[in-house]
Amino acid sequence: MRTLRGAAVLALVAALMAVQARAAEPVKIGFITTLSGPAGVIGKHMKDSVELALDHLGRKVGGLDTEVIYRDDQRKADVGKQVADELLKKDRVNFVAGIIWSNVMLAVAPTVTGAGTLMVGTNAGPHELAGKMCNELYFTTSWQNDQTPEAMGKHMQDQKITDVYVMAPNYAAGKDMVNGFKRYFKGKLVDEVYTKLGQQDYQAEITALRAANPKAVFVFYPGDMGIQFLKQYAQAGLRDQIPLFSVYTVDETTLPAVGDAALGNFEARYWSPDLKNEASQKYVADFKKKFGYTPSYYGAQSYDGILLIDSAIRAVKGDLGNKKGMVAAMRKADFKSTRGKFTYNVNHHPIENFYLLKAVKGASEVEMQIQKTVFENHKDAYYQDCPMKW
Amino acid sequence: MSWLLVLEQCLNGLQFGVMLFLMAAGLTLVFGIMNLVNLAHGSLYMVGAYFATAAFGWTGSFVLSVVFSLLATLAVGMVVEVVALRTLYERDHLDQVLATFGLILFFNEAVAMVWGRTALFTTVPKALSGHLQLLPGLRYPAYRAVIILVGLAVALLLYVVVSRTRLGMLIRAGASNRTMVAALGVNVRLLYTIVFGVGAALAGLGGLMAGPIYTVQPGMGDDILIQVLVVIVIGGIGSIRGALVGAVVVGMVDTLGRAFLKPMLSTTIGPAAANDAGPALASMLIYILMAAVLSFRPQGLFPAARG
Repeated sequence: MRTLRGAAVLALVAALMAVQARAAEPVKIGFITTLSGPAGVIGKHMKDSVELALDHLGRKVGGLDTEVIYRDDQRKADVGKQVADELLKKDRVNFVAGIIWSNVMLAVAPTVTGAGTLMVGTNAGPHELAGKMCNELYFTTSWQNDQTPEAMGKHMQDQKITDVYVMAPNYAAGKDMVNGFKRYFKGKLVDEVYTKLGQQDYQAEITALRAANPKAVFVFYPGDMGIQFLKQYAQAGLRDQIPLFSVYTVDETTLPAVGDAALGNFEARYWSPDLKNEASQKYVADFKKKFGYTPSYYGAQSYDGILLIDSAIRAVKGDLGNKKGMVAAMRKADFKSTRGKFTYNVNHHPIENFYLLKAVKGASEVEMQIQKTVFENHKDAYYQDCPMKW
Repeated sequence: MSWLLVLEQCLNGLQFGVMLFLMAAGLTLVFGIMNLVNLAHGSLYMVGAYFATAAFGWTGSFVLSVVFSLLATLAVGMVVEVVALRTLYERDHLDQVLATFGLILFFNEAVAMVWGRTALFTTVPKALSGHLQLLPGLRYPAYRAVIILVGLAVALLLYVVVSRTRLGMLIRAGASNRTMVAALGVNVRLLYTIVFGVGAALAGLGGLMAGPIYTVQPGMGDDILIQVLVVIVIGGIGSIRGALVGAVVVGMVDTLGRAFLKPMLSTTIGPAAANDAGPALASMLIYILMAAVLSFRPQGLFPAARG
């Protein structure tokens, strides 16, 4: 009898503890980015921004105890898929977020959504995921790859610039960028050159470029590739001769290493640290205070990603099993985005503004300055291919 | 396509080849003499670039930064040899690969801890930032011309040291038959440390010259290491002459492939197809070349003489 009572008490305690555990179930977010190697600096911008978002939320995303697990994809698609699998199966995360590179995203996103888990992309925007491969569980807080070069294409078309030389690395996003550019730029293209992803020396290409004698150059060289290209472009004496227009090349991750070699460069972008709105100014000020350097759009959209997840969990009152409810909430984009108010298109990609920026000499260093708005509420070119219905 | 353009691209290829040679020389010596596969050679290249950048920041003098970086990389190389690699000579190659891969991770994280993950700002020294008028219609960046000259001078110096001096004789003897050299009373340990240190300094020289034109950042040596491995496989492991020829061949094939493959393809298979095939093929060329050399001359073009 006594043992029976003991067992009953134990069972009761166990049941109580289970309820307790249920109530305090923490939210687990797996954040995949590139933390090692030459592109590690981009991952650092993203990770620091996630940490700042957690600070602003009192370390509780959606009011729940939060654990963010950071994983390094080493800029490799296979490694990205492997760490995603690990996050899903071993860590049993509720959300996967992050991803810089489009080729990595194309491997990771289907893995995550296929496992029934929500994915929030905070950089890469390959066209496949905006069109035919769009998915209810996949959102992005950045853009679709083509959108930004579309803005640059439009600007250069409006300026009636012609004889343009185009260069990009040879991978998924490189092709998207050039396609986007050509969708709005209808002038003459002198040549279209694709280089190896991660290439260091562009001297051969720059020699060919000079021989072709274009009137303008448009490039997409993110991260370390941009640093090398910009330095070598300036060293070849071309900076003053042929104007350079770019996307994702001159930004706060590359400017400290490029310095004056970037002066006069034009970029298109959806966000910049000098964007005037309350959320953005708070993000930039607190980021500089906490980490001592200027944030980039890589960081801003990662910060937004955590806020988006926060809004979804709040909408379902912490019931992480209610994925339908969270998807419905995320579609409203109901949070204070660093880019200002924006809406989601049917393919879960933002409809947002794009700006033209120029690298100018700031108070102490070279900085990017918004010149004008190129597109207002710009939609990507693939949403009509997306079969999703809201 | 003008001949001047071809000539300029050949210079670019030579400059890239010379850069590869500085790395390959040290790697091939270490492999040939100590039978050690050192994947961390790229890390010494990175360390050289970081030391030069930091010293340039402290002193403001390019010459001083070069001297400091060379000596510091030499010292780092010797310390690494004594502390980490000495125990690996008798182990098999897989152990060496694992251990030196560990060193890569160590060095990448170490520079990130000291200097941060953000790439450092460096620039070409003022005196070398201009262009040289080599021929009418052919201007070449002075800094890259200096790289070519320095690389060729180092090649000549190495040739003289290896073939004309007592140290060189010991190095050649050590490559042929280590046991016999040791039996003759030569301090093989010291010889190894010196060779490794010199190899490290050469990698550092490559790195410090690369800094102003590439990016000084953690992991900067990892990509070039792969191309350097291709160079020594093509040139023949353990041979300085092989390293030089292999480096120039790889530099030329890579550069000329990037420059001219696409225009050539577009005349035969059309511009759209060339846009897809050209860059893909150009980035594979050196590996195709390596495969070809391996199938026809597995020992490389100029294998070191073996006893």
